[in-house]
Amino acid sequence: MTPIFQVTRRDFLAQLGIGAGALVLGTSLPGISAAAVNAQPNPSAAALGYFVSLSPDGAVNIICHRMEMGQGINTSVPQIIADEMEADWSRVTVSLGKADARYGDQSTGGSASIRKFFTHIRQMGAIARDMLEQAAANRWKVEKSAVKAQQHFVVNTKTGEKIAFGDLAADAAKLPVPNADWVKLKSANEFKLIGKDVKLIGHQDIVQGKAVYAQDIQLPGMLIASIERPPVVGGKVKKFDATEAKKVAGVVDVIKLKDRPLPVDARPVSGVAVLATNTWAAIEGRKKLKVEWDLGSNADHNSATYKQALTEKVQQPGKVVRGKGKIDDHQYNPERTVEAVYTMPYHHHMSMETPAATAIIKDGKCTVWTGTQTPQWGKGLILGELGLDPQKDGDKVEVNTTLMGGAFGRKGKNDFTLEAVELAKVTGKPVKVIWSREDDVRHGFYHSIAANYCKAEINEKKSADFWVQRVAHPPIGWTFDGKSDIPADMLLQQGFADIPFVLNNFSCEVQPAPAHVRIGWFRAVQNLHNAFALSCFVDELAVKAGISTRQMWLNLLGEDRIIDPRKEGFTGWTNYDQLNDDHAVDTRRMKQVINTVADKAKIEQKLPAGEAWGIAYSNSFNSYSAAATKVRVKDKKVEVLEMHTAIDCGLAITPDRVRSQMEGAMIMGLSIALSSQITIKNGAIEQSNFHDYPVSRMPEVPPLHVHLIPSNHAPGGVGEPGLPAVIPSIINAIYHASGIRIRDLPAKNVLTV
Amino acid sequence: MVQLKVNGQTIPLDVDPNMPLLYALRDFAHLTGTKFGCGAGLCGACTVHLNGIPIRSCLTPVSAVVDQDITTIEGLAKDGKLHPLQKAWVEHNVAQCGYCQCGQIMTAAALLQQIPNPSEKDIENYMQGNICRCGTYPRIKKAIQTAAVMIQEVKKKEGV
Repeated sequence: MTPIFQVTRRDFLAQLGIGAGALVLGTSLPGISAAAVNAQPNPSAAALGYFVSLSPDGAVNIICHRMEMGQGINTSVPQIIADEMEADWSRVTVSLGKADARYGDQSTGGSASIRKFFTHIRQMGAIARDMLEQAAANRWKVEKSAVKAQQHFVVNTKTGEKIAFGDLAADAAKLPVPNADWVKLKSANEFKLIGKDVKLIGHQDIVQGKAVYAQDIQLPGMLIASIERPPVVGGKVKKFDATEAKKVAGVVDVIKLKDRPLPVDARPVSGVAVLATNTWAAIEGRKKLKVEWDLGSNADHNSATYKQALTEKVQQPGKVVRGKGKIDDHQYNPERTVEAVYTMPYHHHMSMETPAATAIIKDGKCTVWTGTQTPQWGKGLILGELGLDPQKDGDKVEVNTTLMGGAFGRKGKNDFTLEAVELAKVTGKPVKVIWSREDDVRHGFYHSIAANYCKAEINEKKSADFWVQRVAHPPIGWTFDGKSDIPADMLLQQGFADIPFVLNNFSCEVQPAPAHVRIGWFRAVQNLHNAFALSCFVDELAVKAGISTRQMWLNLLGEDRIIDPRKEGFTGWTNYDQLNDDHAVDTRRMKQVINTVADKAKIEQKLPAGEAWGIAYSNSFNSYSAAATKVRVKDKKVEVLEMHTAIDCGLAITPDRVRSQMEGAMIMGLSIALSSQITIKNGAIEQSNFHDYPVSRMPEVPPLHVHLIPSNHAPGGVGEPGLPAVIPSIINAIYHASGIRIRDLPAKNVLTV
Repeated sequence: MVQLKVNGQTIPLDVDPNMPLLYALRDFAHLTGTKFGCGAGLCGACTVHLNGIPIRSCLTPVSAVVDQDITTIEGLAKDGKLHPLQKAWVEHNVAQCGYCQCGQIMTAAALLQQIPNPSEKDIENYMQGNICRCGTYPRIKKAIQTAAVMIQEVKKKEGV
């Protein structure tokens, strides 16, 4: 099998057997500028967008322009379109969209695909339905109101006659595309696919080994590249000796990649590439390579001392991001006060598929196949890399996307894609860059190491006030500008300066922290350490107050109300780019998930000595999530016995995929809480593979339970929101089972896991 | 030139005998269902069968498997019919990203050969070398149990 992807739309349609007479809907998604992403899209404004193709035989092909990394978007987007279109799901096939600004935003991150674009995706389907109904009405010479699309047919509601979708394809294709704002969307009770579980797109291919990932791309005559990169960010090749490497059979060339200045951005980090006719030769050749490095200034970075520095920083007053009342002069009563610092190490995404990309430059055109979350951003970087004009030369770069074998934020960066382009340019041949696991672990874009400080005093209502919380972590911004040491507002609103409590006196402060390795987006991003700190701190407050942790949450959250942190000075709050009533942050929904998880898990049940429940809560990306975990701690050994997650993500498009994301979040949270960490010595990552960055294995995973709150609220995110609460739920359970309070992750530093 | 017997076919390959089977399968036989995950026998994504026994193809040199029966995920379905595990995987919507699943299924297929009616503990023990970062383990367990029942029902019908 030689998977080679469609490169042009015409070829693509030909491959599908869609010829003349196919209805190809040219509709649009919003533009890619940051401003446009927040604006309500106008689908008819651009010439192209989602493709809904309908063949005369009735086959429907839908392009999913958002990137699939395991979250199930290749099912959910077509499911929405097919529902509004009244297409028969069994007749729908799906193709992956390549990078194209005319699709609108393709950056698949921030759990955004549906929470930001649900209405628009529905409009894509409704437009198709409208055109088919119009074509049928024209044929019967009746008003459009006298016909109705029903499961792949248009029915004449007066006569009962019906015409198959496929028979209307040619006529419908000749009609003008209606304005998306004029087409009628279904009411929720008319949904046939939305909110229902459907068979997953692509699953048959996956179980037969036919699914194609970036690592699987093969082109005739291509070279495979394995790259030795500087062990420290900012490092450079001083000199290298390729003599022995070139003696390896199959090795074709050894090429020094160009030096890259700081800031590192999402570009490659330079190094020396061994190119060979096959993967094994490239790997073997690289083992023989001798490289001397100039390590640069980040070689003095050590994560152990850095964590200590962050811990000290957050105990000092910082820059106030949000606050109310007076804190400074307050005399804390030590009997009623809790004060703690929580730390989380660097983390790595560890997707099962390591990064890979293939590029070929031929006849002035660069064609790329890559597993990326951000195809358009990648395309822009490639244009820049090749010295092309993004305005005029867009058609000289083509970025084809593949399935991603996991991503979790890592593949939002296209450094590996650019490596393939750089080497394709130098060699004039097709080049596939493959990353080893060691490359992946040592050259990641890490979840930032972080310290959180919390202090509060319990009041007579068994709630808390005079609340101070501070955070310090190297920000993602540093990766792009080389100087940022304060997180941007979009990061500070992730479970830190958006706290939803009833407080009369509080202060949320941030301390600067410079970066020394590439910092990136990791599933749930800053919510991870912020929710860890907050949920552990609420647990500690509950213990101090002598009440249940559930009750402390309810006391702190207070009455049902809508939260708007802007009113307390956090002007940069954007509610994950959803400042609208539909996504209003509601304490009623917070309490509901907390109560649901506590009730369903029966956390108040009496347990044997050494066993206990822990609970935690987090809202992020417009969804609400709470977790409950039961553990046993005996002789300082932790055993996780049972885990629950309750999620209110608004309307769940594909409920089974919401469940699968929650299951995955619990399993990922397990290893973050217990065992995994990235540490850095002399600027270099100390871990290298699954043996020293362990992720959960099957025997470690207890029975999991997901409680999906039925909801008709606007959809929230799903891929990320389940993860943050899981981690503190485990840590709190450990405390209640053993009395051991862990404030520095992972737990294996003090317990056997 | 070495001869490999893959999925019942003999394939002559011009490869270094020291090359791990994984790369011979992927780069030379173009059987890309077998995946690279760690290169160190730690994750199981590269699992294939050697004479019915699951092995890590990333660590197994071609020289060690010449003229022996190799089965990859592409050879698991027989006569155009999916293996019961493949059917059960689809039934339980097991996969998320799907990348590790071929290795998971190959390990599970060997498990059911050895223990036709595995307990939950049997499954955990046998499958612990296969990592899934997406976290599909609970569904993998269920799918294996479903497939075990399917296989036994077929055997009953056939009077085996």
